[in-house]
Amino acid sequence: MTSGDTVTASDTARRPASRARLATITGLLVLAGVVLLLVSVGVAITLGPADILLVNVRDIVANHLGVTDIPVKLSKDAIVWEERLPRAFVAAACGAGLGLCGVIMQSLLRNPLADPFILGISSGASTGAVAIGILGLGGASIGLSGGAFIGALVAFGLVLLLSRLSGGGTDRVVLAGVASTQLFSALTSLIIFAFADSDETRGVMFWLLGSLEGVRWDDVALCAIVVVAGSLLCLRYAHALDAFAFGEDVAASLGIHVARTRAILLIATALITATLVSVAGAIGFVGLVLPHAARLLVGPRHGRLIPATAIIGAIFMVWVDAGSRVAFSPTPLPVGVGTALVGVPVFIALLARRRRRG
Amino acid sequence: MTLHAEQVSWNRGGALVVDGVTLHPEPGQTVGLLGPNGSGKSSLLRLLHGLVKPTAGLVTLDGVDLASVGRRRIARSVASVTQHADTDVDITVRDIARLGRIPHRSGLGGDTAADETAVDRALAHVGLLDQAGRLWHTLSGGERQRAQIARALAQEPRELLLDEPTNHLDIRHQLELLDLVCALPVTTVIAIHDLNLAAMYCDTVVVLRAGQVVAAGAPGEVLTAALIADVYGVVAEVTLDVERGYPVVTFTRSAGPSPSR
Repeated sequence: MTSGDTVTASDTARRPASRARLATITGLLVLAGVVLLLVSVGVAITLGPADILLVNVRDIVANHLGVTDIPVKLSKDAIVWEERLPRAFVAAACGAGLGLCGVIMQSLLRNPLADPFILGISSGASTGAVAIGILGLGGASIGLSGGAFIGALVAFGLVLLLSRLSGGGTDRVVLAGVASTQLFSALTSLIIFAFADSDETRGVMFWLLGSLEGVRWDDVALCAIVVVAGSLLCLRYAHALDAFAFGEDVAASLGIHVARTRAILLIATALITATLVSVAGAIGFVGLVLPHAARLLVGPRHGRLIPATAIIGAIFMVWVDAGSRVAFSPTPLPVGVGTALVGVPVFIALLARRRRRG
Repeated sequence: MTLHAEQVSWNRGGALVVDGVTLHPEPGQTVGLLGPNGSGKSSLLRLLHGLVKPTAGLVTLDGVDLASVGRRRIARSVASVTQHADTDVDITVRDIARLGRIPHRSGLGGDTAADETAVDRALAHVGLLDQAGRLWHTLSGGERQRAQIARALAQEPRELLLDEPTNHLDIRHQLELLDLVCALPVTTVIAIHDLNLAAMYCDTVVVLRAGQVVAAGAPGEVLTAALIADVYGVVAEVTLDVERGYPVVTFTRSAGPSPSR
């Protein structure tokens, strides 16, 4: 080991200092990201009809937090506090949560094209929610979220089963996802056309494309809890997710309990997806594209990739939502349309990059 | 005391893939697993690493049943390099070696100075220290194998399990890789196809057929024309290269031009 010793002697001396600096930089970057997110939320809220300034947003938020008591027009207060603010927060949670799901799936399934939408998990969740909402299966006790959760789990199970039956290769996962997406989309359409009246149909279709219309503070609380808990869980498994880079055998040889880790993280993914779909519909391509964007910035190690993806995802979705709210005002564009318009070109670029590599 | 196999058998879907194998490598030795395709070499390595549980018999680490040792503890003592490791991740050579530190980490902690020292040492060992910033998909076959070995060495194991590490390498890289492996201060069990490389580099060879050990011992004693004919069904001549001190296997064509003598 002599050759190694000569190299490390000089390195160990300067490393601790540079490590401490690195940790400080990482902390500052996370802080900067959170500040940028809050600024984005504040600015995004001012966009749209009704003349709202950033100062108004500040006053309204401060009033509701009980810090100040500044007189603000009631209509402005309602628009900011009851509509746009919860909507922006749910958008942020969706971006962070779906990005997180993409990170986990891409690592565990070892496929850079994996995300809840491509693999049909979102479609399964939609079918579940529609089955509850229109058919009334299971009664009120389950609710839309419960239906979406069951649908997501069923779809996930189906994808894993199909990919195993077809040989279990990493490309098979995507093929299985295509089959699953088609199946659940067809089931959803079937339920809508056969059982829904025209009002229900319009409502459901809008929601299937991803929509943040009419979200409330209840939704913010639900999404925030699920996404924050999911982020912390993923961070705890950051090393394990790194270990999957070269497959399950290498992960196991690095001391990872492969079956347990997979089960915990994939169920967590299904839970996050199901919750977000039940609130905001099937928003596509966020989970696919954001992890790659984050990897370009911070590299593939999950200790940094997870917070980076969550923050970038949150900021991205806040702006996409604001954009789709304003673009064809007063007609709101479903937010899923906006994410797909951004996501598809990136998806194609990723495919081309894989091909170049052979 | 090291990693031992005691009469291990493994039944995969009704087929007895490994059948009553006993293996006691001496510390620091290089043990070659030989045998035709499907003779159970890779399966035996998977059993030795605890990736699958034996259906009969016992694998022990320091005398303790491997099944009762935690995965992390195994990973701190035993490292392996498999045949088909590949990834789509844009990962650097240094980050690959860093993977080897995972079993030594606790919770969320970042890289410690000890981690980085072990990573540097592992990279220096395989000669990739100056290539540490390169990405996996830009590496040649030989460099990929060395990067994986660096990952395994960063685990600071006492036992190294290698499954046909010289596959797809040109002859120079085959020799370089085996020179490297044999110089490591660890016990190595290596599945290998090339009988001459096994004769050159292994202290002990174990010949498997249909999951059973048919011969074991020093290459000079085990690798005979009779055994090769029996196990592989090919005609070969074995001569001892006195100058170099190991046997040399020369194969005979089964058809075509007959030998001149």
